[in-house]
Amino acid sequence: MIKGNKDHAALADIFNQDEARVDWHDETLWFVRAKRDKAANTLSEWEALRENASQIKDNVLSNLHDYLSEFESNAQQNGVIVHWAADAAEHNQIVLSILKSKEISRMVKSKSMLTEECHLNEYLHQNGVEVIDTDLGERIVQLAEEPPSHIVLPCIHKKKEEIGELFHEHLGTPKGASDPQLLTAAARVHLREKFLTRRAAITGVNFAIAETGEFVVCTNEGNADMGAHLSEVHIACMGIEKIIPKRANLSVFLRLLARSATGQPITTYSSHFRTPRKGQEMHLILVDNGRTQQLGRADFRNSLKCIRCGACMNTCPVYRRSGGHSYHTAIAGPIGAILAPNLNMKQYADLPFASTLCGSCTNVCPVKINIHEQLYKWRQVIVKEGYADPKKTIAMKAMEFTLSHPYIYRNAGKSGRWVMKNMPFLVNNKLNAWYTQRDMPAPPQQSFREWYKKNNNE
Amino acid sequence: MTVGLFIPCYIDQFYPNAAIATLKLLQKLGVKVSYPLQQTCCGQPMANSGFEHLTTGCNELFIDNFAAFDYIVSPSGSCVLHIKDHLHSDGQAEKANSVRKKVYELTEFLTDILKVEKLTARFPYKVGMHQSCHGQRGLMMSQMTELVAPPFSKPRQLLNMVKDLELVELSRPDECCGFGGTFCVAEEAVSVKMGKDRVADHLNHGAQYITAADMSCLMHMEGILRRQNSQVKVLHIAEILNAEEV
Ligand code: SF4
Repeated sequence: MIKGNKDHAALADIFNQDEARVDWHDETLWFVRAKRDKAANTLSEWEALRENASQIKDNVLSNLHDYLSEFESNAQQNGVIVHWAADAAEHNQIVLSILKSKEISRMVKSKSMLTEECHLNEYLHQNGVEVIDTDLGERIVQLAEEPPSHIVLPCIHKKKEEIGELFHEHLGTPKGASDPQLLTAAARVHLREKFLTRRAAITGVNFAIAETGEFVVCTNEGNADMGAHLSEVHIACMGIEKIIPKRANLSVFLRLLARSATGQPITTYSSHFRTPRKGQEMHLILVDNGRTQQLGRADFRNSLKCIRCGACMNTCPVYRRSGGHSYHTAIAGPIGAILAPNLNMKQYADLPFASTLCGSCTNVCPVKINIHEQLYKWRQVIVKEGYADPKKTIAMKAMEFTLSHPYIYRNAGKSGRWVMKNMPFLVNNKLNAWYTQRDMPAPPQQSFREWYKKNNNE
Repeated sequence: MTVGLFIPCYIDQFYPNAAIATLKLLQKLGVKVSYPLQQTCCGQPMANSGFEHLTTGCNELFIDNFAAFDYIVSPSGSCVLHIKDHLHSDGQAEKANSVRKKVYELTEFLTDILKVEKLTARFPYKVGMHQSCHGQRGLMMSQMTELVAPPFSKPRQLLNMVKDLELVELSRPDECCGFGGTFCVAEEAVSVKMGKDRVADHLNHGAQYITAADMSCLMHMEGILRRQNSQVKVLHIAEILNAEEV
């Protein structure tokens, strides 16, 4: 996932070298955002639903321990084997040990951002286990040996011609074929063989219901169901924040999730898993991996309400023009930029700065996470913890000194419009990053203050 | 009613005309305005870069300059939002609190406090209105496309009072222009691309002028327009609302 030492700005710079591609990426995602707007507007109670979802999640976060215990004991009663993992490494070990105990070395997996976060595929691969991703988009990026670039649309950065190329190479479709229908059919045949021959399946979890001990998996392709139903061992992996208290709460989230994600009224398949079928083993792994730490950060705990709909990415003007991979983390975009520094502040110190704080993410978020405010707050934390660029620190200190002293500010201003020379955002960076593609403002004859003193007799 | 005029540093230094128009417009509407001479900057450039802890000097200065007024008005949504959300002071907590409550962006002051219903301005051009994010989403100066709620727009309401002005509709009415303070240089590639796209939306719809209630967005878009040798100009909304009948 980590692309050398390049930060978001550098990776976005590379992405922007192909402007036509940026336009295409931007328009594709904007199309999804527009669909979301339309779908949201079909419900006059939309804002009330968001509020409701947000409050349910507040309740969950304030009583997480109780709901998790309730869920665990109900799930166990249903015959599910429940595991707890403190971090990614432990999660991965648990998966491997389950597979080992059954002597399984090939398996299928449906979409799960948690396993991406834990780098499960890599780990299993290193331990001799073959994992086939069965979500079409995930399979495509898997064949391309790339991480997903979006949490809902994992291969949104790839054009259909490129997918045709990949399929030609790996699945034997005709060279030059890029018709989506043909490619999907080829993928279906390819995946069907895997579903039929693999004995274990991993799925993610969208919602886990404390009251009943069941969990719900939402997909559009039905691939999670195919995997889970055909396998002897079903392993479901979830972050501990995926809990909701009651079955009755589910409808609120199901109504919000698909509309926010893709503009659909509801996901094609919302499958409830409660008990293993006869002869099947069902495992559920509850993963912390930094979540309790984030819960303890008052300013950021809200981020744990996220239901991973991806709406904040689709609407984010920066994400649309920098691509998911520029975030160099499993979960890209605005929400990823809040979650990542919790896991590793040094490595992801750049991400909260990869935003104009426009606030659109906050407005689309179905669970009302104050995303842009948290980005602002992370910036303060990151600077205080010493992860800021030292050059920037010096510039900011000089700026503070000047702006705190009106006389110095004015003198500096007079001698050639101080701001132009000294505002760090105008110079300071490399060779004046402002001027590379933009003209500087023409300096006026006099400042407003000078004009005011001459012309205004109060 | 006493009104303190807060002119952000970059407007003071680069765009005095926007400030002059703001002052004259308010005076025309019968408001007694003063410009405190010791003001500098609201501290936003530092705060948004993660250096909010270095804004003490700016905060104290701001309070000293403006605490005495009934209202504080500024032609910059983002600076106003910064004051409203982040101004604080250990020594003068009360005063800081009151300053935060009485600071207004120019157009919201005109519509909400002065309740302006007509203007004498004339501006016979096609104008694209850029909705600056901090003003729109932060100060709620107009409805946002993400929310399910009835439309309204304070700046548009005012522009509609200007004779012969034709507002052009945009494909993406409230997309960010990509300025974002230090973002504009720290993330140069994305910032410029956003700016180009924003400008293109206005140009594609035939705008002769681009206006906004925030000069910083306009400065960014102007930089791009000039680089493209475009004839399209940027004007702060105060300059249009104050445009003389010709
Ligand atoms: S933060 Fe909100 S908008 Fe973004 S993915 Fe999570 S739930 Fe969706």
